[in-house]
Amino acid sequence: MAATPDSVPAAKKGGFRVWLNKRLPVDEFVESQLTGYYAPKNFNIWYFFGALSLMVFVLQIVSGIFLTMHYKPSEAEAFNSVEYIMREVEWGWLIRYMHSTGASFFFIVIYLHMFRAMMYGSYRGPRELLWIFGMVIYLALMAEAFMGYVLPWGNMSYWGAQVIVNLFGTIPVIGPGLVEWIRGDYGIADSTLNRFFALHVIAVPFAIALLIALHLVALRQTGSNNPDGIEIKAKIGADGKPIDGIPFHPYYTVKDLVGVGVFLLFFCGVIFFVPTFGGLFLEKPNFEPANALSTPAHIAPVWYFTAYYAMLRAVPDQQMGALLMLCSLVVFFFLPWLDRSPVKSIRYKGILSKIFLTLFVISFIGLSYLGLMPAEPIYVVFTRIFTVLYFAFFLLMPWYTSVEKCKPAPERVTYHA
Amino acid sequence: MRKFALLATAFALLPLAQAQEPAAAAPAEEAVAIDWAHWQAGNEIGNTASLQRGARNFMGYCAGCHSLKYNRYSRVAEDLKINDGQLSEYLLPAGSRKADYIITSLAYEDGEAWFGKAPPDLSLITRSKGSDYVYQFLKTFYADPATPTGVNNLALPGTAMPHVLSDLQGVQRGVFRTVESKGASGEITRSEEFVNFDNPVPGQLTAAQYDEFVRDTVNFLDYAGEPYKAKRIDLGIWVTLFLLVFTGLAYLLKKEYWRDVK
Ligand code: HEC
Ligand code: HEM
Repeated sequence: MAATPDSVPAAKKGGFRVWLNKRLPVDEFVESQLTGYYAPKNFNIWYFFGALSLMVFVLQIVSGIFLTMHYKPSEAEAFNSVEYIMREVEWGWLIRYMHSTGASFFFIVIYLHMFRAMMYGSYRGPRELLWIFGMVIYLALMAEAFMGYVLPWGNMSYWGAQVIVNLFGTIPVIGPGLVEWIRGDYGIADSTLNRFFALHVIAVPFAIALLIALHLVALRQTGSNNPDGIEIKAKIGADGKPIDGIPFHPYYTVKDLVGVGVFLLFFCGVIFFVPTFGGLFLEKPNFEPANALSTPAHIAPVWYFTAYYAMLRAVPDQQMGALLMLCSLVVFFFLPWLDRSPVKSIRYKGILSKIFLTLFVISFIGLSYLGLMPAEPIYVVFTRIFTVLYFAFFLLMPWYTSVEKCKPAPERVTYHA
Repeated sequence: MRKFALLATAFALLPLAQAQEPAAAAPAEEAVAIDWAHWQAGNEIGNTASLQRGARNFMGYCAGCHSLKYNRYSRVAEDLKINDGQLSEYLLPAGSRKADYIITSLAYEDGEAWFGKAPPDLSLITRSKGSDYVYQFLKTFYADPATPTGVNNLALPGTAMPHVLSDLQGVQRGVFRTVESKGASGEITRSEEFVNFDNPVPGQLTAAQYDEFVRDTVNFLDYAGEPYKAKRIDLGIWVTLFLLVFTGLAYLLKKEYWRDVK
């Protein structure tokens, strides 16, 4: 007869595991964070994007490390070194496209992730800090993407850096000095490239990693929200676990695996078939080296910044434009306190919330589109309309969330097997 | 019934009215302008024979002025399946080694002095301006006695590049017409609008052959802009197939695990 598990001596069975766990709380961690961590059972596809953000972050770090092995952060060599990676480094083209496509996909998943939180009221108490950590991550990510875009030292890198860095010059009194301090020179130059490299590969990613850790600790503390916007912790079963919760592992790990597969289909589709995405993910002028004497016909940042860029351009005065841009970001931080609705989820909110959220999405997409276009008068008119709608979503929220008629939120989450 | 008949006659007359209107407004020679700005190169990056011809064209007609500074001869030969003998015989200029980058012997200063502008490196031209643009550029040279080179170009007006392919294409004459447009304050401005080409000086190639020549050349430049392009697309198909299987299996696994969630 074969040995049953029981016939194996206990010491031998758990030998290494026991040894390890005496020194490092591995089992305890898995138990508290994965198998014993209960998540609502009614997550829909919107709940894939947190895990996907994490995956893209790791992909960016890994592909970034390999790029750094061949990239040369100097005015004279940067552009050539990128072409060297594309042509002569083994699999260099794949690494570079993973990284450049990854940047755009990072923003795609983050925007969907944020939109989910806005739909289901995940920013509201008790998750205000979780939301704020998320917003800080978003700002850090913008800085990271901007500085990364400068590194290939193409002509759009150069002129984009010029425009963005000059925004700091609009700050009263200290502006001009500050701009010089950021650049480390009188113009965008070798010193600027060098410091952006340092920030892009070490400082900001490190900060983002820490922020992600805080984000996840805060998430574990409150537990996830869900599409119904009700707290599963309010209904505890006899076993002390939420009735509507299921262990994160194995349920959501296998579910996220499906999300990963679908995500990779899109991601690899772009990498292998349309890596420049028609000039949206890698802009055409950036295949020409930086040239201080030749301004691209039309300077536009990469698509994920164009909504803010459109707002900047819609204001005749640059200083006011920069201020407006700043406000459009800062206002997100106040969302938890602007929302006065008795329910969290858009499923049960009234018609006004639905209309304003829809208008906000249309405005954001509209602004992103307009920011890519040249600033012609008709576009500027539309940009202004969309900007007003964008801010209306936030600033009128205390009003429309308190006057509208909501449906009562259910007692238990809605789930159909 | 009467109404219907009226309507029917109205529709029957409609095409007539439409046909008459432009004829009345414009002179008789009115022709539809060639939409050259939307011409597409239609090159096939996976077509090795075309790439080989393009490499030959480039070395024969362009390398005297233009470099491909990020491409090596040896790598081109390897990717385009050109053997050593052919490489030395047809592509490699005297004095160059196989591992060299494709650098023109025309010095930058000379280029500037002779043409007013040094011929640019072309290794990324299809990426910065697009293959279609290069195709349009090479097909829209036309005679213009007012320029130093005797030719002008629709895609790059006032270009400093001579029509180096005039032996092959001949020199086409551009047919223009004057259009008048009313400005904001009512003043009338006249501008020349391109209509089409006629080809008074024929070259060695027919129009179709020249088109083929340009397409091959553009194809080669497209390759030079991203040497891994064809491999990337081939590999992409396998990656996609793998991911489809992976996602399918992951889905089955998920279904299995989630059976007991009620
Ligand atoms: C006699 C020298 C010479 C030869 C040979 C030559 N070119 Fe050029 N080429 C030039 C010059 C000079 C310019 C710069 C034109 C300008 O910017 O006005 C140029 C510019 C170009 C451009 C860039 C256009 C732009 O928009 O910047 C392309 C593309 C080009 N050449 C393609 C070719 C191809 C393909 C061949 C071979 C069939 C070729 N050239 C042969 C001199 C030459
Ligand atoms: C690197 C970037 C980020 C990573 C890796 C990340 C990761 C995660 C993960 C794994 C979850 C749990 C799974 C899920 O709910 O989808 C989560 C939840 C959440 N995240 Fe993020 N996140 C990031 C950025 C952001 C940003 C920019 C915001 C908003 C400004 C944000 C707001 C939230 C909120 C509110 C929740 C809770 C959602 C709910 O329970 O309904 N996160 N995040």
